[in-house]
Amino acid sequence: MNEAELVRMFSSVILAASPLIIAVCGETLSERAGVVNLSLDGSMLMAAMVAFVIGLKTQNIWFGFLAGAMIGAAFALIVAFGSITLRKSPVAIGFVLTLLGDDLSAFLGQNYTRIPGVAVRHFGIPFLKDIPIVGPIFFNQDGVVYFAYFLILFTWWFLNRTQPGLHLRSSGERPEAAFARGVNVTRVRYWYTLIGGALVGIAGAAYSLDIKVGWSDGHTRGLGWIALAIVIFGGWSPIRGAIGAVLFGATKVLATILQRTFPEVSVVIFNTIPWLLMIFVLLTVGSDITERVITWMPKRLQSPLRRLLRISPPMSLSASVIEE
Amino acid sequence: MNKDQVLRWLWPLVPILGAVAFISVLLIVFKTHPLDAFRSIQSGAFGDLSKSLSVLAFWVPLLLAASGLLVTFTAGLWNIGVEGQIILGSIAASGIALKVHMPSPTLQVMTEVIAAMAAGAIWAALAAILKTRGKVHEIFGGLALNNLAIILTNYLISGPWQPPEGGTFRGTAPFPENALIPRFAESRFAPLSLVFALVALVIVFVALRGTFWGLKLKALGKNPYSAYLLGVSSEREVILAMVFCGALAGLGGAVRVLSWFDSLRQSISGGIGFLALLVVMLSNYNIYWVPLIAFFFSAVLNGSISLQLRTQLHSALGGIITGILVLFILLFGDKSMLKLLRKEKTLE
Repeated sequence: MNEAELVRMFSSVILAASPLIIAVCGETLSERAGVVNLSLDGSMLMAAMVAFVIGLKTQNIWFGFLAGAMIGAAFALIVAFGSITLRKSPVAIGFVLTLLGDDLSAFLGQNYTRIPGVAVRHFGIPFLKDIPIVGPIFFNQDGVVYFAYFLILFTWWFLNRTQPGLHLRSSGERPEAAFARGVNVTRVRYWYTLIGGALVGIAGAAYSLDIKVGWSDGHTRGLGWIALAIVIFGGWSPIRGAIGAVLFGATKVLATILQRTFPEVSVVIFNTIPWLLMIFVLLTVGSDITERVITWMPKRLQSPLRRLLRISPPMSLSASVIEE
Repeated sequence: MNKDQVLRWLWPLVPILGAVAFISVLLIVFKTHPLDAFRSIQSGAFGDLSKSLSVLAFWVPLLLAASGLLVTFTAGLWNIGVEGQIILGSIAASGIALKVHMPSPTLQVMTEVIAAMAAGAIWAALAAILKTRGKVHEIFGGLALNNLAIILTNYLISGPWQPPEGGTFRGTAPFPENALIPRFAESRFAPLSLVFALVALVIVFVALRGTFWGLKLKALGKNPYSAYLLGVSSEREVILAMVFCGALAGLGGAVRVLSWFDSLRQSISGGIGFLALLVVMLSNYNIYWVPLIAFFFSAVLNGSISLQLRTQLHSALGGIITGILVLFILLFGDKSMLKLLRKEKTLE
């Protein structure tokens, strides 16, 4: 493998990871505010379908992305209304919405399958793209990828360095305390669930307008669940989440390489990689085995490793808000 | 009776009417008269004997999976992996049907069924152990295992178990007649499978209502911490509940390949596991409602397949009808919405 091929490989990993990063940032926002939006798989499918159709009809990708964001927000609104206002199980609502989004997208999109549409245009950033190796991998991409970069940094900065971010986190960690300090927990949770849902919708739209242009039944099926798993693996932090998304983006490229190296093995087998990886990453952050492995390590490494690998969810994740 | 009481009495109709309204709008957008569509779903489900038998044949695995899910839900588990457990049951039953030849048909079918139940149970046990030992939530473990099961099916169909005339992605060669559960007339319905399903339902009923195990599961589901204080081993009960559900789901999978189809197909489960989750959620975890709702869902799904043949509308409509019904009843089924409306009124 020569250098050009390696660069092309890494840049395709980054491209594949970008929509996952957007979805993960969105879900991280709503989960940090205390609401689990489990509908990702369905809402991304719906958003992908609607974004493709709107983009095709208007011949404008911006309207496509806008429509995708609105669909994502609409799904999130149902989750927020059901779990915050009506106090139903967000898991149940999210699961039903997942199935519903899958079927609705197949039904509503039935006349738009396998036809060409509009696509996001490639755009290399001047100067930055000419940096050797780093340039072509990171800065010779398109708008979706740059938006994902921006979102990682912005979400991290917003959560950890601003007052609204503090209110968001306090609503997810200790809603009673936040309430006592004058934060309107209900409103905060509604807002960030909606914003998170809109980002998930944009991620869905990114698939049908950029990564796999077009629409077919189950176009993004499974990716929503992978994004949800990455949020956990990322320990509810956008930066670690982005690392997880790159890891999953790499699985596709890995499958291609393995396929080329072992042509005698059935193609089907390589499809197992993302799901095995999903179990593996959740095991690393959850199980006691990790803790045991860490204790074998040299003393000096133990505490940073623990910080790297152990995670804890927001304390009041999907606990109901206190009565006023 | 004053207005408030009338509203409270009629409230359960509201989510159902809401769902009907939603579906009607959807149909009108696709230029189909809702009444025509509903009528053709009805005739597609019960139009003649063979159609009604199809509804019954689809109902059996759905009921088996839903019965199993009653147990896992009681223990507070979200066994989304039920879909994969059905698929593994299908795979195991197909493996025996293709590779093992028993002296008598009874023995053959029994071996297939037992293998299917064992395979479903093992797949469920994997999700359970991932949860208890690996702290992987059963939703994610189950989902990954579902997808692995689908990939395994595709691998077997396109590889080792492909029909002799060459690998298509569609399915294995049909099983010999004596490997199938005897079917009623020319239909896909096997009366023996109905017996399995009803026995399973009774066992679940007795287990949850009348045994100490059922009580322990209930304690675990309601409050895991106090169950722990009372000496309920959560790991043991979680694994047992999942294995129990997995075995029933595996049996459902066997019924799919041995009576609905006669071979292992690409989408062998057809989403029955997910549908069973909806059934149990809609029943509000009440065992009396489960068979009725499962039967209704089976009729809707079978009906919408004939609707597709007649009007070219995508068969996903069946899934939309069931999904929207569950969503509306989940959100507005009890009176919390009514209370909310009333509170707003008093605030004014």
